[in-house]
Amino acid sequence: MRLPKLLRHAWTVASKDLLVEFRSRTAILSVAVFVVLVFVVFQFGHDPTAVSNVDLAPSILWVTFTFAAILAMNRAFQLELENQALDGLLLAPIERSSIYLGKLIANLVFVATIEVISVPLFSLFFNVPVLPYLLPLIALIALATVGFVAVGTLFSAMTVRTRFAELLLPVLLLPFMILPQWWAVVATGQLFASRPLSEILGWLNMLAVYDIVFVTLALLLFPATVNE
Amino acid sequence: MRMLRVGRWITAIALLLLVGVYVRALVFTPVERMQGLAQKIYYLHVPAAIWTETAMVLVGIASVFYLFLKDPRLDRFAAASAEVGVVFAAVVLTTGPIWGKPIWGTWWSWDARLTSMLFLFLLYVGYLLLRSAVADPAARARYAAVLGICGMGLVPFIHFSVYLFRTLHPMPIILKPSAPSMPGSMVATALFSVGVFTLLYVGFVVQRYALSYLREQLEAAGEVGHA
Repeated sequence: MRLPKLLRHAWTVASKDLLVEFRSRTAILSVAVFVVLVFVVFQFGHDPTAVSNVDLAPSILWVTFTFAAILAMNRAFQLELENQALDGLLLAPIERSSIYLGKLIANLVFVATIEVISVPLFSLFFNVPVLPYLLPLIALIALATVGFVAVGTLFSAMTVRTRFAELLLPVLLLPFMILPQWWAVVATGQLFASRPLSEILGWLNMLAVYDIVFVTLALLLFPATVNE
Repeated sequence: MRMLRVGRWITAIALLLLVGVYVRALVFTPVERMQGLAQKIYYLHVPAAIWTETAMVLVGIASVFYLFLKDPRLDRFAAASAEVGVVFAAVVLTTGPIWGKPIWGTWWSWDARLTSMLFLFLLYVGYLLLRSAVADPAARARYAAVLGICGMGLVPFIHFSVYLFRTLHPMPIILKPSAPSMPGSMVATALFSVGVFTLLYVGFVVQRYALSYLREQLEAAGEVGHA
């Protein structure tokens, strides 16, 4: 009966974070505006007669997701710094890994919300049809997002208590973020070029392996980041 | 301190032997037919690349043991290994373009191998930055260990993602399942150089280890602030 308990506690932590966000809506709104800004910059930054939107599409999508995700992950433990909320959380009679899992779930919901907002906007602004590839695209985005958000959530637990928190997280995360995104960008490009699904399957497998390795590592390592 | 002196001696011997690698590569090893003299950089580039990856794996292993044993020696070793790793990564990233310009016609290409070596370099830089950003020694060691273990987890992905992309970079010539596709004298020079780089790594790490030990002593005595 350990696993259901772990998940239940994780959900409690996650729903607390999500409730805080839902009540204030500051982060999600600022990220949504930021997404529109990135789209506008991309739109006016290239000559559509020279570079077609479909060719630029994977870069636009993943640049947006990257920045949005970093904004989101910085938030997760920043929230707990005020009034030593983290100490309270650590004192709660729950496993350390369920705190991590809760933070991970909250971050994933947050980033997923941004992605759900940006994909239709992207399709609308850049006239790139996403509906024919919707299912593989969702799988791709989901697998890539889980990978880097898992690592990012772990790192943000450490960086919030360092000297330059907001600056350090992207620096630490970069090597871990680029690899899954690299695969995802290549696969997104193949998807938009209407390549057969079998070509993309390899990338999806790689992303899945990456997710499994780093979610497991993060679950095991998280207690080391908060033990006093 | 004795350890520092030993480290200096090892480094000095390794640097002398490095001169020997140059002499052997330039005088006693045949010139490659297609690439000409540019190929000589292979004897620096490849051993440095091997030790860049190995150093990260050693950082990871030391980190794993640190989290269990909490022995400050392991943390000191991990920090030393990471610092030497960043130097070797810089060697790889400088010698690569010097070779690339005459052979490929470009200094840099966004090729899987080049890009992944750049990641490894950034990983090391991040690791050292994290260490410098945490003031409390115990927290510093724990955080660094967490990052070191994650970094070790990343190395196989970096290493194998190379095979997934079409790449301009030459494939491994010696360390591959079939026999080395190089004349024996070239293989001998390359292996000699790997040996010298191993010694260089050991010499550097021993020195860095001794220095961080001395720094800790001074910190404990309140002589210097945290760097």
